Amino acid sequence: MIITKKKPFETINESIKPFKRVFIVGCGTCSTVCQTGGEAQAKELAERIGGKCAGYAVVESPCDMRVLRRDLAPKRAEVDSADAIVALCCGAGAQSTADFTGKTIIPGLDTLFIGKIERIGSFYERCRACTDCIILETGGICPYSRCAKGLLNGPCGGQVQGKCEVGGYQRDCAWVLAYNALKKQERLDVFKKYRPPADRSRKPQEIVTR
Amino acid sequence: MREAFSRLISEIRSGKFVYTGEIAPGKTTRVETLIESAKALGRHVVACNVTDNPRARANMSSLAASIAVQERAGVEAICQMTARDRNRIALTSDLLGASALGVRNVLVMSGDHPSLGDNPSAMPVYDLDSAQMVELVRRMVDDGTDLAGNRIDGKVRIHVGVTGNPNADPLEVEIAKLERKAQLGAEFIQTQAVFDIEVAERFLEAVDGFGIPVLIGILPCRSSRIAEQIAKNVPGIRVPEEYLGMLRGAEDLNDQASVEERVDLMNEEYFSGMVSELRRTARLAGVHIMGVAYGRIVGRIADGVERKMSCRVR
Repeated sequence: MIITKKKPFETINESIKPFKRVFIVGCGTCSTVCQTGGEAQAKELAERIGGKCAGYAVVESPCDMRVLRRDLAPKRAEVDSADAIVALCCGAGAQSTADFTGKTIIPGLDTLFIGKIERIGSFYERCRACTDCIILETGGICPYSRCAKGLLNGPCGGQVQGKCEVGGYQRDCAWVLAYNALKKQERLDVFKKYRPPADRSRKPQEIVTR
Repeated sequence: MREAFSRLISEIRSGKFVYTGEIAPGKTTRVETLIESAKALGRHVVACNVTDNPRARANMSSLAASIAVQERAGVEAICQMTARDRNRIALTSDLLGASALGVRNVLVMSGDHPSLGDNPSAMPVYDLDSAQMVELVRRMVDDGTDLAGNRIDGKVRIHVGVTGNPNADPLEVEIAKLERKAQLGAEFIQTQAVFDIEVAERFLEAVDGFGIPVLIGILPCRSSRIAEQIAKNVPGIRVPEEYLGMLRGAEDLNDQASVEERVDLMNEEYFSGMVSELRRTARLAGVHIMGVAYGRIVGRIADGVERKMSCRVR
């Protein structure tokens, strides 16, 4: 799931000042689960904005152009009447909405990470979209997202009793977790294996199947 | 066996027990203090570590300072290089510069995370980790290429060392990591500070089979206040109550001048006793003496160890 957090209302309110009318697009998937851009949050924001708000729609998944087209169709008049859109969704959803509507997009949320949800309020980063998943070798623990340094060959000197120096020894050291998991699986040979430098060139990704 | 390019490696191979010291370039454009410290240390050590922005504080470049120390103080440098601030292009580039200008030893490490430092919003690079930095040096020295296989003009003459933490808990993870670095071709280990002889012995025993010389790190403290701060602020180091008690005991005097002498004497006895005992019971190549503005203790501990060892032989 894409984990997001709300921008302060004051920030959004400041951003919408230059515009006459704004329309709000929420997200029925990730932002609904995070309680940052679901029905309740879109409605609440619409009420706080007041007269300037042309309306709102919670699009099932605003990162999908096909779904945007489907879910915004009934609100076409309201969308057309607005000169800017407040997007209560992740960066991907916000940019897809911009592409679809051709209007100025005001991000209403900050996108944090791809993560695991335990309950509302407990979100854990679990993936950096590194393009080359190695968790089979690391006991199911992703070092790119869970090691503060993204190291590939075991913990650094900053772990103390399995806790990470970053953030004051609160979070678990990903590499100690990986070691313990592999030990339990009797696969420590995998831990000891040397992992050579990864391709970290990370160019913008586009997949277009023709 | 690989060619020896440095005095550090030559002396270790000759079987001589070696002492190394450490200096930290500051956030400054002045090198005078650094040169003075290096000169003072140089009388007692074979080589001197030059730290690379420790605790992620932006200081003078360790490579620039290493060159200054070698050329102006005449002391061999062990240039510390972290993976924190440079990608593989910059690391390769600095290693080429180091070799070209006569820096013969580097100590590679991941480096404290930027969030702990004085520019906490800086991007943590870590394009390589310390194991991969060992591979980088090996490729440059042994194959004459960079990591991508591009040829280097001229020979790279550098030895690569790695760090180890005998205080690490769990220790087995630390040992597995060191084994891999030894297999990759690391040439020496310098350790985090150890105060406890049993901690050092346990570590030396665990890495004994790796065939890589170990310099145990010690950190004599010139006051109990400093020792307490280290115990509190550097969680990777364990400072035993016994050591703290001895420091406090030595400080328990009204006359400031003799307090200093008593503390120095206590540190000399404590650490020279520990090191000479380790030399008898374990395979130990040397000792790496760190200190917070306490350069004067280095010679006393080195002399103390040698005195204790020669007494034993006679």
